[in-house]
Amino acid sequence: MKILVAVKRVVDYAVKVRVRPDLTGVETANVKMSMNPFCEIAVEEALRLREAGAAAEVVAATIGPAQSADTLRTALAMGADRAVHVLHNPDPARPLLPLAVAKILRAVALRENPGLVILGKQAIDDDCNQTGQMLAGLLNWPQGTFASKVILDKEKAIVEREVDGGIETICLDLPAVITTDLRLNQPRYATLPNIMKAKSKVIKKVTPEDLNVDIRSDMEVVQVTEPPKRKAGVILSSVDDLLDKLKNEAHVL
Amino acid sequence: MAAMVVGALRRGRATGGGSRFFAQSLHRFVSTLVVAEHEGGFVKPSSLSALAAAEAIGKENRVSLLLGGSGPALHKAAEHAASSHPLVSEVLVADSDAFAHPLAEPWAELLRSVQQRGGYSHVIASSTSFGKNLLPRAAALLDVSPVTDVTSISEPRVFVRPIYAGNALCTVRYTGEDPCMMSIRSTSFSPTDAMSETKVAPITQVDLSFLSEGSLGKSAWVNLKSQDTERPDLANASVVVTGGRGLKSADNFKLLEQLAEKLGAAVGATRAAVDAGFVPNELQVGQTGKIVAPELYMAFGVSGAIQHLAGMRDSKVIVAVNKDADAPIFQVADYGIVADLFEVLDELLKKLPDKK
Repeated sequence: MKILVAVKRVVDYAVKVRVRPDLTGVETANVKMSMNPFCEIAVEEALRLREAGAAAEVVAATIGPAQSADTLRTALAMGADRAVHVLHNPDPARPLLPLAVAKILRAVALRENPGLVILGKQAIDDDCNQTGQMLAGLLNWPQGTFASKVILDKEKAIVEREVDGGIETICLDLPAVITTDLRLNQPRYATLPNIMKAKSKVIKKVTPEDLNVDIRSDMEVVQVTEPPKRKAGVILSSVDDLLDKLKNEAHVL
Repeated sequence: MAAMVVGALRRGRATGGGSRFFAQSLHRFVSTLVVAEHEGGFVKPSSLSALAAAEAIGKENRVSLLLGGSGPALHKAAEHAASSHPLVSEVLVADSDAFAHPLAEPWAELLRSVQQRGGYSHVIASSTSFGKNLLPRAAALLDVSPVTDVTSISEPRVFVRPIYAGNALCTVRYTGEDPCMMSIRSTSFSPTDAMSETKVAPITQVDLSFLSEGSLGKSAWVNLKSQDTERPDLANASVVVTGGRGLKSADNFKLLEQLAEKLGAAVGATRAAVDAGFVPNELQVGQTGKIVAPELYMAFGVSGAIQHLAGMRDSKVIVAVNKDADAPIFQVADYGIVADLFEVLDELLKKLPDKK
């Protein structure tokens, strides 16, 4: 069986983002970019399933500008076998929406014919949490979102999901779509020999047009602003002070 | 299309100026489908927040509330739903074992079918794990783009949502076809307390014939392991006490639980505390965990990483106790104490009266 993993290049999670002065978005020029943390977990899970003998091949895919190839190289250095790069230059006012990404991934999935597609549960830039669900809907495959444990059993996947009330277990017929939660695994670091090896692995380049996908957008970004600042707080010296303030100033006790 | 306009006029929902562009005037006939969750015979508070969001879309909004499940609890919840908000004009009940569990596959088919019959201009669900699992799948089936985690509605199709872990607010305009689908952040929309005693909306059964045609049955629910707790639900509690790595052990978390007991509070945790195994993961507050906005948020041994702040920065009053005076949490705290958290906790436990 083949596993398809979708990865996204985003502003590194540790970067404190700044809103552009013209309010068109956040500053992404000269900012450290990395693979979305949830996507790393998705790659790791695919590799572990391959290492456990449940999959024969791991294919990484991304959609984005030329620089997104770096993210695919990272996936290849972690151990993915090959990659597909769907070239797309984003328009800041009309960013590529999860629906368009899901349509492109469906087209890739129909070509690659994987038994499982693994994605992160959300990208830490747009925080949408939509693409995996939409891909599953478009393919009419079952979905196991927010997975914290995945067991493959021939034609089934048993998925433990992180839901509001606890951990839910579901059973899916393959092929299926799974999205990863933080606790699914601890992604490995790419070693230097593997980084070198990754340079000779194949990245196939295609365009949305090649895949016959229409990437119209039904959303317009009006503006991006800073969140309201909280007013400066005070440092208190004792618990008595704190209790007094909470009772008599903030009125929350 | 003309027939739709006439129909809307007959139902008395059209008012004023007919000179606008046709499609735009159509958009003024707002009707909303709210996908609600229920528990123990009642509509969940997060779904009542979705009704408040429907009200924010339009005062003239005609709201249908969709409930699914099976058995007596469903029908009791439907009765609750029928008088839950003055704008609710209809409660749709999908009574089938297919909806007994929150599986996205049958639920998305249900949502598509109900939307295709009802032609709603808006569909709203709350950003719970149920809503986040279901809504995007249903949106893909309807070929529209949903808006995630809406925190404010300025026009019927203009919304504000946080991006980059709440470090920026993005205003978007939905320009696509009906329905405009969104999940709302329930802490941003307060449900109206006043139940309309006089107005009880009719309850209608949903036609479930689509269940036989669809290729369902590709997923099966196995079980749910839930953490039994007598404390208030984290997402809706008015007081939240949270521990971070500084708590050092699961045993020490018991101190926080004692404090929570005294304050009638829910207990939360940072990712570090969850990863270290101090508490189960459903207590995690942050970008990838729960988003809370209580009256009072008390953070013990929490440094205040970007991802954690994303989950609690909208709290009314924030208290931070940390021995590191440079911890970023102090930048958002209203009241801070730079001290050993165990000493502060001990003192608080002594000085706070038992259960308010």
